[in-house]
Amino acid sequence: MSKLSSLLSSRRSWAWPYALFLVLFVILPLIMIIIYAFHDSTGSITLHNFAKFFTTSTDINRFIYSIGIAIITTLICILLGYPAAYIMASADFNTPKLMAVLFILPMWVNFLLRTIATAELFSMFGLPLREGALLFGLTYDFLPFMIYPIYNTIQKLDNSLLEAARDLGATPAQVFIKVTLPLSLPGIYSGIIMVFMPTVSTFAISEILTKNNIHLFGTTIQESINSGTMLNYGAALSLIMLVIIGLTSLIGNGSDNAREGGIV
Amino acid sequence: MKAKNVVSQIYLWLLIVVLYAPIIMIIVFSFTKSKVLGNWTGFSFELYRNLFTGHSGIGLNNAIINTVIIALVAAVCATILGTLAAIGIYNMRQRERNVLLFVNNIPMINPDIITGVSLFLLFVALGITRGMTTIIIAHIVFCTPYVVLSVMPRLTKMNPNIYEAALDLGATPFQALRKVLVPELLPGMLSGFILSITLSIDDFGVTYFTKGSGGIETLSTFIYADARKGGLTPELRPLFSIIFLVILVMLVIINIRAAKKTKK
Repeated sequence: MSKLSSLLSSRRSWAWPYALFLVLFVILPLIMIIIYAFHDSTGSITLHNFAKFFTTSTDINRFIYSIGIAIITTLICILLGYPAAYIMASADFNTPKLMAVLFILPMWVNFLLRTIATAELFSMFGLPLREGALLFGLTYDFLPFMIYPIYNTIQKLDNSLLEAARDLGATPAQVFIKVTLPLSLPGIYSGIIMVFMPTVSTFAISEILTKNNIHLFGTTIQESINSGTMLNYGAALSLIMLVIIGLTSLIGNGSDNAREGGIV
Repeated sequence: MKAKNVVSQIYLWLLIVVLYAPIIMIIVFSFTKSKVLGNWTGFSFELYRNLFTGHSGIGLNNAIINTVIIALVAAVCATILGTLAAIGIYNMRQRERNVLLFVNNIPMINPDIITGVSLFLLFVALGITRGMTTIIIAHIVFCTPYVVLSVMPRLTKMNPNIYEAALDLGATPFQALRKVLVPELLPGMLSGFILSITLSIDDFGVTYFTKGSGGIETLSTFIYADARKGGLTPELRPLFSIIFLVILVMLVIINIRAAKKTKK
């Protein structure tokens, strides 16, 4: 027995290298964001970085605008992606695997190159490279990240629940609204995580698709970090984003749902 | 039922067409030697010839080599680290397991820019010169969580006693790992490895902040720099056409084989 328990404990210790790695390269960097955010460039503790954000109208406006764009993008992704995932996962559709593959395949072509090609397509058809193009491009880039988790959860749904609902006299619409939709919420939720925050923080996509006309919050962070002199301000902006990420995770009861819906 | 099916099919194919439009554009314009995407100057294989004879410029060649090296090294490290971690986590007590899985989720939920900025600040604070090594570390950070989550389900399905049986029959822990655990976990490790390669090749945000100013570029950062200058190296078109078609053919073969197997 003692041999067994010592063996068990030894296998448990196989996770230590990764635990150490996580502390060094995930937790410590996040602490760095906090430390930099509350310091100025001379190294003294200050709240100035946050005060600057809330008093610089261009930055705060850009932030609010980015949140708006991200909400719209996420909604479009849910509206377009849910039916697609539902159709793919439903039993009477015979090639779900192939379809799932077809939705992931474009990711093998670099997303920046695809974005550039999208911008060219817009110009070819004489469409303006403005908000519409931005929303199209963001939806285009992030839609697979919404479809996949939803597809995963619907596919794993216990079919007997749906049959039971039908046997008890529910119409197809009722089955969907009362059974399928609530049970697929974890998938929608992890889809939102995969789409919403990346959209707020993107900078390359918006720069390419609008020929630098529209900048999202990610550009503000990137410019601050790259300027070299505004490192602390960039860290404060990152911290604000981190807080929002934390809040969105808490609202949906975070990690568990995300794992259940999982992108993997 | 039939009509509904047709509508569903049409909807899915419409999405697919939109999703693939920019890629088709890239493929079509890989067969003309015009510098600008979207400008047809007659059929030509010149861009393909340039790509294979290395006439596409030293910048692109280096970016290709860097991307491949980074993806391979990061994916191998992530697969080893993640598999060991999954085995360890699986054998942990509930509490420790939850803590580690929570931290494991952070890099997946964080947008690229946060992971990138946080690592950037860490490297700056520690005075580490950014370059190839820091990019690889950063890629291991966002790849390993997916390996852990791909391997964990295989562990739950596995008979927990066979590892002990191997030890009881006189195998050393390393032999038991190599001959018993790895063969059982291989499918999970493989999908984690492939996912890591995909994520690494497509990454832009994290690489952008961890590559430093030493001139190391991956395909993503190379394309971004190109787009900022206003011109896109035309050989990128044949390059990604080839990558796309190779992956497509591979997936079609895998799917046909799987279909044949199920028929038998």
